[in-house]
Amino acid sequence: MTDTRETTQATGQDHGHDHGQDHGPLSYRFLTLIWAGLMVLTAITVAVSKVDLGFMNVAVALGVASIKASLVIFFFMHLKYENWIIKGMVLTAFVILAIAIGLTFVDVGYRY
Amino acid sequence: MAEVAAPLVHKDYHASKMGMWLFLFTEILLFGGLFLLYASYRAKFPQAFHEGGKTLDVFIGGLNTVVLITSSLTVALSITALRRGALVFCQCLLAFTVACAGTFMVNKFIEWSAKFHHGLIPGSEHMAQLPQGQSVFYGLYFAMTGLHGIHVIIGASVILWVMLLIKQGKVTGEDYVVLENAGLYWHIVDLVWIYLFPLFYLIS
Repeated sequence: MTDTRETTQATGQDHGHDHGQDHGPLSYRFLTLIWAGLMVLTAITVAVSKVDLGFMNVAVALGVASIKASLVIFFFMHLKYENWIIKGMVLTAFVILAIAIGLTFVDVGYRY
Repeated sequence: MAEVAAPLVHKDYHASKMGMWLFLFTEILLFGGLFLLYASYRAKFPQAFHEGGKTLDVFIGGLNTVVLITSSLTVALSITALRRGALVFCQCLLAFTVACAGTFMVNKFIEWSAKFHHGLIPGSEHMAQLPQGQSVFYGLYFAMTGLHGIHVIIGASVILWVMLLIKQGKVTGEDYVVLENAGLYWHIVDLVWIYLFPLFYLIS
């Protein structure tokens, strides 16, 4: 994977003309590190599920899944490097989803 | 990388990406609705969901998690490769991604076949006659992993299409937003699986 790194490692701004982009491409090395983090988190979530922690099992599984989701969204999906409009849009979408889920649980939680 | 001419076609990099994100929000709400259904039925039938989760194969589920996350990496790498002008490497990475999608679907086929062997076939008499909690659990399992599987197939097809565009020189190191948007779609597919895997296979 390293042999094709023909350009400089610097994420320099040598592409000033490319569609108003502020950043150069993310390096192979950085992306691979994110992948390694995701692999470690997957191993952790599988390992924790083998131990009976009661309700905490659900909390840990969803917590780890959310950390993994953040890594994918911010780095693989490049959100960290987007402008504030797209960041605000994504935030709005997830807040709406959270409201939908939260309000439903206000109902479901008291029903059964 | 020399031909930077033909500026007559109007292209808006940021608008393209914004449009893709807007589409992804509809996907998030689509799966979000199903996750909501899962959560409320899980609250109603905790025992059946617990028993149901135990019958799923954590090994295959985990393997598919590794396959999808790795394929997400190779898509992200392919954008870097394209922008650095490493066209062959870029195509190899995308081909690998499609191969991962194929592997994922083969595993899914094995998994579903095993369930079918036990008479758990969506819409069958047997499923309808199961205790309510169980039939809801397997119903959601088939609906959610099935819808996700369809997304895997669509995502792989889109990546194949982008590979063709790169080969034709229509997507290049200077004009790569199509690859980025295809990548965004693929990452959403990965994202959904990141939640499906613990919810169905691990929480039991």
